[in-house]
Amino acid sequence: MITPNLAEKFKEVVGAPNVLSEKADLLTYSYDAAVLEPVWPGLVLRPTSTAQLGPLVALCNDNNLPLTVRGSGTNLSGGAIPSSGGVVLVTGALNRILEINEADMYARVEPGVVTAKFAAAVAGRQLFYPPDPGSQAVSTLGGNVAENAGGLRGLKYGVTRDYVLGMSFVDSEGGLVKAGARTVKCVTGYNLGGLMVGSEGTLGLISEITLKLVPPPRAARAMLAVFDDVRAASETVAAIIAAHIVPATLEFMDNFTIRAVEDFSHAGLPAEAAALLLIEVDGHPAQVEEEAAQVERICGEHGAARVQVATDAPTRDKVWEARRAALSALARLKPTTVLEDATVPRSRIPDMVSAMEEIGRRHGLMLGTFGHAGDGNLHPTICCDRRDADEWRRVELAVEDIFAEALQMGGTLSGEHGIGLAKARFLENETSRATILWSRRLKAALDPKGILNPGKIVGA
Amino acid sequence: MAGAQELARMVKELDDQLVVCMRCGLCQAVCPLYAQTGREADVARGKLALIDGLAKELLDDPLAARDRLERCLLCGSCAANCPSGVKALDIFLKARAILAGYLGLSPIKRLVLRHLLGNPKIFNRVLRAASAFESIWSKPADELLGTSCARLGLPLLGERHFKRLADQPFLSQAEALDTTPGAGGLKVAFFVGCLIDKIYPEVGWAALKALDHHGVGVFLPRDQACCGIPALSAGDTEAFARLLRANLELFGSGRLDHLVTACATCASTIKKVWPLMAREALLSPEDVRAVEELAGKTLDIGQLLVNNFLPGQKISPEVPDAPVLTYHDPCHLRKSLGVWREPRRLLRANQNWRLKEMAEPDWCCGMGGSFNLRHYDISAGIGRRKLDNIRASGCRAVATSCPACMLQITDALSRAGEKIEVKHALVVYADSLP
Repeated sequence: MITPNLAEKFKEVVGAPNVLSEKADLLTYSYDAAVLEPVWPGLVLRPTSTAQLGPLVALCNDNNLPLTVRGSGTNLSGGAIPSSGGVVLVTGALNRILEINEADMYARVEPGVVTAKFAAAVAGRQLFYPPDPGSQAVSTLGGNVAENAGGLRGLKYGVTRDYVLGMSFVDSEGGLVKAGARTVKCVTGYNLGGLMVGSEGTLGLISEITLKLVPPPRAARAMLAVFDDVRAASETVAAIIAAHIVPATLEFMDNFTIRAVEDFSHAGLPAEAAALLLIEVDGHPAQVEEEAAQVERICGEHGAARVQVATDAPTRDKVWEARRAALSALARLKPTTVLEDATVPRSRIPDMVSAMEEIGRRHGLMLGTFGHAGDGNLHPTICCDRRDADEWRRVELAVEDIFAEALQMGGTLSGEHGIGLAKARFLENETSRATILWSRRLKAALDPKGILNPGKIVGA
Repeated sequence: MAGAQELARMVKELDDQLVVCMRCGLCQAVCPLYAQTGREADVARGKLALIDGLAKELLDDPLAARDRLERCLLCGSCAANCPSGVKALDIFLKARAILAGYLGLSPIKRLVLRHLLGNPKIFNRVLRAASAFESIWSKPADELLGTSCARLGLPLLGERHFKRLADQPFLSQAEALDTTPGAGGLKVAFFVGCLIDKIYPEVGWAALKALDHHGVGVFLPRDQACCGIPALSAGDTEAFARLLRANLELFGSGRLDHLVTACATCASTIKKVWPLMAREALLSPEDVRAVEELAGKTLDIGQLLVNNFLPGQKISPEVPDAPVLTYHDPCHLRKSLGVWREPRRLLRANQNWRLKEMAEPDWCCGMGGSFNLRHYDISAGIGRRKLDNIRASGCRAVATSCPACMLQITDALSRAGEKIEVKHALVVYADSLP
């Protein structure tokens, strides 16, 4: 319960305009991008300096107030949905890029910096920050680290985790913890930064991040390969990797998604194709030239009906426009869009794609699959209407089946969206009872009062 | 006031449109207001959640909801960039109407919207009288931009540098026209719009010059009514209905190829909002059809000129030492109607200028009609971003296609003491004609 007296104390730290307590405002911080019920917070704080984080967390801890950090609220597993009556801490005003160091190729940022803005600022200095989650136009780097966000470039460039050199974070009592360094190598103490990446705000509040930067590729080439048979497309993916070519992106689209995209954007995609692969190789110009030719040949050898190589920028943009339109196109078919991200070892992609089709059929649902074939991270997407109780029950069953299939193939519940509230009860299926208990003991030791984003990952 | 359940029932009618929002939050990337404040209630996702909250009776404070819904520029950036195609503007206008119907209009709004704006003749007379007395309470601020500021602290005007009302409104000087098509073979109605009539009459004259030059027959009735957007943005469907009927009476019957306007906001209102709200305005089915037909014929005047008279014409090479002109995309032209190539084509026709793009030409200028009156600080803050981009382009003049944007940009430039002219794209084009 947040008394007026306590609200005053929060105001003393961040200033009255940065404390929201009217119902109408609280409502707008009760949700994120996950298809879950909203939960009303009791107070919303918008700190304007990272120095305010310690005192704010201490106030929450002293008063047993659950605290949920929110960047731009684009989470797909409920990680930014607060606890009832708890505090939401919005990082939007902590948006300074503190340093971009070209000589040592790292950058230091506050947690509220928007991913795409950061990537653009870095590109302005002829450097490259590869992680590009789908929400990068609005998502924050703090959120990306807390969720270990992925993106289209995972196969070659890795995910957010691979770029975190160090960080500062505030613990549950308001103390400032420092982890990692500005150097590539650092073995000082426990790998606390590693523990924080993907911890979904349950262990501490990130106040500063040091990110690794890399030189940008000098050339890139995109291709679109059309297949009459899903299995042929999946085998092509395996063959490309087996030839020791690591494309920057290797994306897959099933027929249902192709038709949705074509209806929506009239991009000239072959509506009759069973599957598409969208491939981009990058690197040194000579290497790109050679690998593009190799990929084209492999596609042909594995039954691609046709391969279209984008030789100029507009054609390349067109290829990626089609991919970017996938979620939009599916989202427009029905009111509710359930976007899953179960991930399998990439050799199992053919099986996973057929399993998804079967699950859609079994439950009588509209289900399209697209995603990052190169790293096995597919996005089975169910187009439905949450207001239809019967359909929604079938959706829930289908989601359970998707998880079960992924695990049975040696995969994982979530490649990049996080566990949050949505998948907490399934986590034991992938791991073990002992894993859950160990995680809970860890959480209890670091956050004895359980104020830090309770209920996420390891349940209540 | 009806009960909360009644309100919920009314709002629920928007449910089919509300569920389309998947809460992805991508509107945060493009909302000029959110960029300024960072508050979720200021961005479309938050507003849609509030409306949804009213429908589901989660939120029992319609006043608070209205306050937040009115903090919006109605620029349409969110709708234009929404991945799932939420018609945010349609929803906001309808929600404002529902809330105004439920909560009632304030007496001052009722007076201004229904009795002034709703009666073109009275409105015109009052503003003509106001123009005569303007120098008493205002003083010149910037000669090049033609701005004034308040002599004494007038609360409504604050720090603004505003354009004075024209001595003679366009429609008080222009003859009523109904000319037959010449070489151009087209007949168009010219919808003038309040701001061009009363503040920027030179744009009206430029329109007549250009239409005459291309041999276009013009229908120009006097006593045109406002397009109605100020009424709708206040949720006043009654005043809107009055204006819509008056306009329909003037423009709905003649044989016209097109209805053209040089105001981006009027264009998008007539084309998109009239058909959307025609039923709400309780028009008869025949009138609704007439509105739809008129909307279908409506074009920005730049579109008309470029599509019909300039497409085949070669663009002459740029004169390298001509002064730089930059272009600001009005939201209601680019985001609502997808029109952005045409005005640039118009500008390139004038060899006395060299067009150079500014950064973020389609970032909202922050005007938002009555938003500027109620939230001047935020509006001016958004304007500063535009100002910075205009400055950085190194231009001598900035052109746009909307008189409301012209007002906002003029205020920003004048307050910053910048010697940069603000021009309507059509005027730049008309200057190039013999």
